[in-house]
Amino acid sequence: MTSPGQLEEYWGKTRNLMVTTLVLWFVFSFVVHFFVNVLNSITFLGFPLGFYMAAQGSLIVFVVLIFWYAHRQNRIDEEYGVAED
Amino acid sequence: MQQKDAFIANLGKIYGIYTGGFLGFVIFLAILEQLGVPNRIIGYLFVFLTLAVYAGIGILSRTTQVSEYYVAGRRVPAVYNGMATAADWMSAASFIAMAGTLYALGYDGLAFVLGWTGGYVLVAVLIAPYLRKFGAYTVPDFLAARYSGNFARFIGVVILFMCSMVYLMGQLKGVGVIASRLLDIPINVGIFVGLAGILVCSMLGGMRAVTWTQVAQYIVLIVAYLVPVILLSAQKTGVPLPQLMYGEILQRISELEQQFGQPGGYLEGVKPHVQPFLSYTPANFFALVLCLMVGTASLPHVIMRFFTTPSVREARKSVGWALFFIFLLYFTAPSYAAFAKFEIFGNVLGRDISTLELAQQLPRWIYLYGNVGLVTVCGVAATSAEAVFQACQAKGVSVLNFANFAINNDTVVIATPEIAGLPYVIAGLVAAGGLAAALSTADGLLLAMANALSHDIYYKMIDPAASAARRLIVARVLLVAVAVLAAWLTIIAPAGVLSYVSWAFSIAAAGLFPALVLGVMWKRCNAPGAIAGMIAGAGVTLFYIIGTYAYGMKPWFGINNISAAIFGLPVAFVVTYVVAKLTPEPSREMQEFVEQIRIPRGEILMEDARKAE
Repeated sequence: MTSPGQLEEYWGKTRNLMVTTLVLWFVFSFVVHFFVNVLNSITFLGFPLGFYMAAQGSLIVFVVLIFWYAHRQNRIDEEYGVAED
Repeated sequence: MQQKDAFIANLGKIYGIYTGGFLGFVIFLAILEQLGVPNRIIGYLFVFLTLAVYAGIGILSRTTQVSEYYVAGRRVPAVYNGMATAADWMSAASFIAMAGTLYALGYDGLAFVLGWTGGYVLVAVLIAPYLRKFGAYTVPDFLAARYSGNFARFIGVVILFMCSMVYLMGQLKGVGVIASRLLDIPINVGIFVGLAGILVCSMLGGMRAVTWTQVAQYIVLIVAYLVPVILLSAQKTGVPLPQLMYGEILQRISELEQQFGQPGGYLEGVKPHVQPFLSYTPANFFALVLCLMVGTASLPHVIMRFFTTPSVREARKSVGWALFFIFLLYFTAPSYAAFAKFEIFGNVLGRDISTLELAQQLPRWIYLYGNVGLVTVCGVAATSAEAVFQACQAKGVSVLNFANFAINNDTVVIATPEIAGLPYVIAGLVAAGGLAAALSTADGLLLAMANALSHDIYYKMIDPAASAARRLIVARVLLVAVAVLAAWLTIIAPAGVLSYVSWAFSIAAAGLFPALVLGVMWKRCNAPGAIAGMIAGAGVTLFYIIGTYAYGMKPWFGINNISAAIFGLPVAFVVTYVVAKLTPEPSREMQEFVEQIRIPRGEILMEDARKAE
């Protein structure tokens, strides 16, 4: 097994990825939608963009974000030799 | 063992054949309908054949092993666990009522779409992998191990019951309504028909049976949700992609709203569909989004699905799949709302109804659903052209307008087949989908509650020496007991209570989220802190809900009680932090235990689970 120092480094990286993911989550859950009125003046695929972001855009981001996170976290696990066999 | 692995290896084939069989079954019924078989028979065939399939899966998945019963042997691949989670998650409310909510609220209704999807990011990052590594059977299991003892376990069970019971009652009501409509029986009888289906699915095989039934139910519900609106989109726009085409429909709705929304126009008083914050203030909108998201990440019946994957890695991926399968329904829901609104604004409202003949020319579905009290015109149920004509005459209404036309939220999805003029078999399909959605969620909730009683209360607190066989018998007896209790409560409960399923999210969020997350992220978090936080969070949330709902308490900062966790959640975090800081830090062993939870490699940590597996 890995040494305590390495474990700390592992958890540091894991935490950074976690924070990055949560920041993106926050942006697409809340920040984007604060500007719904501004975005609604833009038309995207026939939709007012502000409406589109809440109805589809953010949802697509969430799905991709989780798969991206799972992939990155798995790479970190392998790098530090703590992935499952 | 060998046999089970063969089953896992052939999952794709099995469910592929199943899906093909289901589509063939729908086509077969469509042919029967053309041959003149009455609608009622088609309704019966839909209900009983789908129920028989779910029950069959339940019986085939029976088990006598404890770990199979509680966590499906931890062998469920990520994709299938994703499908099962999606079915577990999407309730009768998502399937039937969400599109109607979007119809009524326009943009503001999207708070539900956002809230009920974004929460899965929190599940993936903060909850699922760590609880999977710990290897719990139930959520209170984790609380007990991390916060040294049965007091934390007991508080966890109480909160679990508070948020799951109302939720389960909502599902049973949904099952009753759908079964009664399709089979033409009283709702209360329908509830017991549904209950029988739920019990056959879950009693013999526990989590294992529920998992494979939920996958089957997901397939039925997603087909049933997508087919009508795809046909409707092809009909209205020429392109069978409702999710893309409704952008154009939204523009046409906006044109109608502008043209006829002025004083004197037939859409006077309408709230423009795409304009935000007309029903909710921005504060309420974002508070609701947050509460639904955090609640998603704390509801025990959802979290426990991620205990069933073979590894931590699969648990993470499986959250992604779950959200993908949920997304397929949620990004379609707003298109149902848009197509229905366009039809009603463009083809129903604005019609001249000054004579009886003209009232008779209103689309047929209005009277069909008016007869069951779901469509109201000029203040009366639209049971017949005569009733509508007389009521509107009495009110001096000669042109049907926005103010005098109301449609129940549940009707939007259910009525779409008739609005599009599709054959009855599609309406039956939608009902079968709604039934699948309600049953699958009820299965998960029932199991979460019964497992908390049998595993946490009976085995862990009352009789830790009980043998595996005895534990499974107790688990099954309690499952039936909780089911009957829930059915009885559903029948006696006042109708208003059931519409407040959303309260469950706030209670779960404030009661469980801080204890679960801090338990992994903050080693210094100790038992007194977590317990105080759980009690304070759930307490403040309940106080706010009950105070504003029953005792006329003034809302704080104008926040609706549906978002009560916006107060409970920060209180829970602060109380946990302060109390933990004021009391001694957890033992060295406990801190090492947390470090073990944080890395995927190694044995699962729950002693009992290791022995059993």
